[in-house]
Amino acid sequence: MSRQVGRKRLAPQQGEVIDRRTSFEFSFNGKTYAAHPGDTIVSALAADGERVFSRSFKYHRPRGLLTASFHDPGCMVQVGDEPNVRGAHRLAEPGMAVSSQNTWPSLKFDVKAINRFAGRFLTAGFYYKTFMKPEFLWPTYQKVLRQFVHAGEISPDTPHDYYDKRYAHPDVLIAGGGPAGMSAALAAARAGASVMLVEEEHQLGGHLRWTNPGAAAELTAEVAATDGIEVLTNSVVLGRYDQNWIAVAQRDLSHVRERLIKARARTLVVAGGLIERPYVFAGNDTPGVMLSTAVRRLINLHAVKPGERAVVLTANESGDAAIADLERAGVEVAHVADARTGEDVVRVHGRKDVRAVELTGGRRVNADLLVTATGWTAPTSLLNMAGDVPVYSPKAARFLPGGTADDTVLATGGIAGDGSLDQLCEHAEAIGAEAARRAANHRYHQLAAVPTRNDGKLSKPKGTAATLPELGVRQHPELFRASTHGIVDYSEDVSSKDLHLAVAEGYDSAELAKRFTTATMGPIQGKLETINAIATIAEATGKTIAETGTTTWRPMYTPVSLGALAGRIFEPVRYSPMQRWHEQHNATPLVAGQWIRPDHYGDPAAEVRNVRENVGIIDVTPIGKLDLQGADVPKLLNLLYVNKWSKLGIGRVRYGVMCAEDGVVMDDGVTGRLGEDHYLMSTTSSGAARVWEWVENWLQTEHPDWQVHVTPVTTAYASINVAGPKSRELVSRLTEGVDLSAEGFGYMQVRTGRVAGVDDCVLWRIGFTGELSYELHVPASYGLHVWEALLEHGRDLGVRPFGVEGQRILRLEKGHLIVGQDTDGLTKAWSAGIDWAIKLDKDDFVGKPELVWQKENGDGARLVGIQPVDRDVVPPEASQLVTSRGTIVGRITSSRMSPTLGRSICLGQVDAELAKPGTLLTVHLPNGSKVAARVTEHHAHVDPEGTRQNIDTPPSQPRPHATPVARSPIAPGTKTTTIASWQVDARRSSAGLRLTDHTLLAKVGVRGRHDGAIAEALGTSYGRTIRDNGSAVVVGSGPGEWLVLGSPGGQDKLLSRMRDLVENTGEFGTVIDQTHGRALLKISGEEAADLLAKVCGVELSDAATPDGAALRTSVARLVTDVIRLDDNGVPAYFLHCERSSGQYLFDALLDAGAEFGIEVDGTPAAPTL
Amino acid sequence: MIQLPCPWCGPRNASEFTHHGEVTSRPDVGTATPEEWRRYLYFRQNANGWVDENWYHTAGCRRFIRVRRHTLSNETEAAR
Repeated sequence: MSRQVGRKRLAPQQGEVIDRRTSFEFSFNGKTYAAHPGDTIVSALAADGERVFSRSFKYHRPRGLLTASFHDPGCMVQVGDEPNVRGAHRLAEPGMAVSSQNTWPSLKFDVKAINRFAGRFLTAGFYYKTFMKPEFLWPTYQKVLRQFVHAGEISPDTPHDYYDKRYAHPDVLIAGGGPAGMSAALAAARAGASVMLVEEEHQLGGHLRWTNPGAAAELTAEVAATDGIEVLTNSVVLGRYDQNWIAVAQRDLSHVRERLIKARARTLVVAGGLIERPYVFAGNDTPGVMLSTAVRRLINLHAVKPGERAVVLTANESGDAAIADLERAGVEVAHVADARTGEDVVRVHGRKDVRAVELTGGRRVNADLLVTATGWTAPTSLLNMAGDVPVYSPKAARFLPGGTADDTVLATGGIAGDGSLDQLCEHAEAIGAEAARRAANHRYHQLAAVPTRNDGKLSKPKGTAATLPELGVRQHPELFRASTHGIVDYSEDVSSKDLHLAVAEGYDSAELAKRFTTATMGPIQGKLETINAIATIAEATGKTIAETGTTTWRPMYTPVSLGALAGRIFEPVRYSPMQRWHEQHNATPLVAGQWIRPDHYGDPAAEVRNVRENVGIIDVTPIGKLDLQGADVPKLLNLLYVNKWSKLGIGRVRYGVMCAEDGVVMDDGVTGRLGEDHYLMSTTSSGAARVWEWVENWLQTEHPDWQVHVTPVTTAYASINVAGPKSRELVSRLTEGVDLSAEGFGYMQVRTGRVAGVDDCVLWRIGFTGELSYELHVPASYGLHVWEALLEHGRDLGVRPFGVEGQRILRLEKGHLIVGQDTDGLTKAWSAGIDWAIKLDKDDFVGKPELVWQKENGDGARLVGIQPVDRDVVPPEASQLVTSRGTIVGRITSSRMSPTLGRSICLGQVDAELAKPGTLLTVHLPNGSKVAARVTEHHAHVDPEGTRQNIDTPPSQPRPHATPVARSPIAPGTKTTTIASWQVDARRSSAGLRLTDHTLLAKVGVRGRHDGAIAEALGTSYGRTIRDNGSAVVVGSGPGEWLVLGSPGGQDKLLSRMRDLVENTGEFGTVIDQTHGRALLKISGEEAADLLAKVCGVELSDAATPDGAALRTSVARLVTDVIRLDDNGVPAYFLHCERSSGQYLFDALLDAGAEFGIEVDGTPAAPTL
Repeated sequence: MIQLPCPWCGPRNASEFTHHGEVTSRPDVGTATPEEWRRYLYFRQNANGWVDENWYHTAGCRRFIRVRRHTLSNETEAAR
């Protein structure tokens, strides 16, 4: 049954967008109103006779409906806790609580409207002039001015809404879904282009919706029936950036509030149409003054009668058509002032409502509605962002594109010129076809540059450049302001008088007057007011509009919610394999870069004492680890470290310090020689990524001839430091195949062996803590198994875990520096107190010249051990060291209370002349007091002789232990099963889109020349994946880099097969087991690419990334290998990343896939590739 | 965001790369004067026009690539 709500609702109109079959209620300022689906908030209110929707910003004048579009300045409202909602655009919803903004205490009675009477004092620059002096009153001014702020209210209690993001790669992106935009889209799609058509309003059609609803419906249907056009309504192109990087806000989704689309369009067609501009005269902001397009929208789209008795000022066919619409709607047209014959209006009378209109000559016509049709503004902003400078046409009385935009950006429709519907559509079709042609060319060059395509030959697109047709412009009167002054900028309450005053005060260019008066700087951003503002400035300066020029349109095209811009924030995190154990044992988490680490387990001092007395274990997995292989590794080490590496024997470990070219300490760590040409380098935890890049830089750019392959293995190993006098006893209970006696495995040595049943563990005997200690590097999947075995088998020895804080205390007691803590961006190597390591007799090493000169000059500070005289005072880190006269001579870099010594201990940097042991220093504490401290003889406060790490206790015999269990970094569900010693998820899902953990697959990395014999033997290169005859899958994962995947548990066989393959080629190559170092996930289902497009910016179309493609890119901000291996025609992607971020990636994919109904599918019993 | 023409991966968003600055050449360590060395450390052309730059494709092929870029227009040309 058809219902009709609203006193001013008209009989059904041909193009109406409301659904009269139902209605619902919502509230405005506490009062209940009815609406039909399809009504905007304001159309429903107008249908009930409401005319005032807000108060203006400065003078608090009542404001009503002016444009009936998104850009209606008087229709911004608050909806629930959401401020600044465009009331003439946002659709009304059942139960919506709408209130007006900028009104206190009420819309009808606004106390601040007193500003209206004080208006002559509130002229341009009033706030700048008034609230400047005296400065001490600024806080008071701030409080007062806050009462007058623009816009609505935000609530601190509002829950964080879910916003979305996705990437798109359309051939042609069209901004504007009117007749021109639709015609261009159809032409482009028919030419084979993929098209994204973006329309700000809720329906396609543009002005046709009210000028020619039949044609609108026809074109809309044609668009819907044409393949290759993605239509986004209630969405807006926000900005165009270099190389057609285009931001689109999509608001028509049900599952999220807004989505930001980052589109890389091959061509952009700007078809934004024209925006009708208001007329400047006294009272032009009174409710009841409307633009011709506003009344036409109200009548035709929403079937609302805009008034009872109207005066129409018309200068064009839109005004003429409005007269016909008004008459059809039963509005009495009392007078028509035709501007083309010189007629004009002077002012309107009435305060909250139009009462009468005064015409030239003083005649008053009683009316409640004044309709103006005085001209158009071309919203050229997207063109301007592409380099176009608009040019004023006096004939058309508007700015037109200057034709200097980038050649990937085209314009059509009203922005480009005038014409009949047929002429506009014909122009748009030509532009759409040309956009498609340019896109095809661009696409050809892009596809030719990617290595992921299959062997299909690329054919060069045909078609030659078309001469672009031009639209003419029609004659239009230059009509901006009547004989009276009125509002130019409705959002900012800037009148033409203010602009005249600004010019008189010397702000005599458009850019200056704009900034001084804030005209065009409000929420409408110049779409309504730019031309009137420029015309007024031109008038005041006596220049022409062309001479005055337009102000610059910048992104965003319309205001956008901050939530949409923030989108989904991806922050990769990294976890060690023991993270869940730490959480279960109440570890206090420490965020260290991307890593989450245990800071301590309740009492760091007790943890320290236990290491000194018994034995402790710490999870040091984040320590950077680089696998170095090749004959030239010693050359590399000699180049990067300040010390010497040529004579490091197999099984030996050495500490090294790296400097940058400016001689500043960059990183430190130990490197061990595992085999003839095989080394393992460790770096600081925070420096792991930087050092890897640093090493690659020297190898790739300075020494490409050296035979060295570097592979990061940081998370291939779970690293556990076992420290304390009983560490040999504990480690020997679980270790097989390694002589752990003091003489068999000395200090600064390395061994490989089996720990708790796990093969291929690397054991370093080193001592950051100063105790006898072993650093165990265990294949990461077995990390938790070994950790638990150590705790179980060390129970009688008093083993306890210790955290980062305990380790920091222990190393400070021992005087070991931390790069970045005890050094900074100015600390050259001699200042770090590592003189013994610097070997200036080497021919070359990175940073050597600076260190030669530093030694000659003796400049810079020195790192020394420091102890406050008062043993109970711990000076906070960064406390200054000063002379008696207050000159700063250094600072404390580390300080703690030592549980071992029962006194405070420090490291600090002081000027070289004060670095002598015994020197008395003054420490300036943050509270202003000063304490005395003394330079110590050594950096080490505990055991400077180093006897503790050399204790000679006998090793024990290996004991029986639990069977090793391999675990993926992704937590399984409650139901698990075991495959090839891996504990895996046993859930089953038959959802359309599924996510499965495939980490257990054997993963072997191979390196070689990208175009050499190894590449030939493997049968593929970067970008493509093949199945080899041994049932493994060979992925060309990088240039000269392969990832070979095999069945679970098969890594040893695969490893030796690949080693044989490499050896047989005779080429320098390396083969490394990555099974435990990486996570491997699989997404399968028809919507897999759609899911990935939400987290990955690379184009995943079948042309660019077909079955068998392999590439590396950023997925949810994580570096990830993406390998497409379809399942019998169903798209499937394997994602391969650092093991430590596996859980993060898994969670990010589940989150992004929620809208597609993604489900976790457990690991299949026999995973296939 | 501009795209950089990676000679290995094809065009990719610049956010996948780390900028390593203008191409410089390392003076001979044995003979460089402090002035020459510090010119190498700190001085750059900073031209308004075509510049040869080093970029590392961190989130891609992990190769150091050379890109010729026009600093005003952001036009690019690749060289392996």
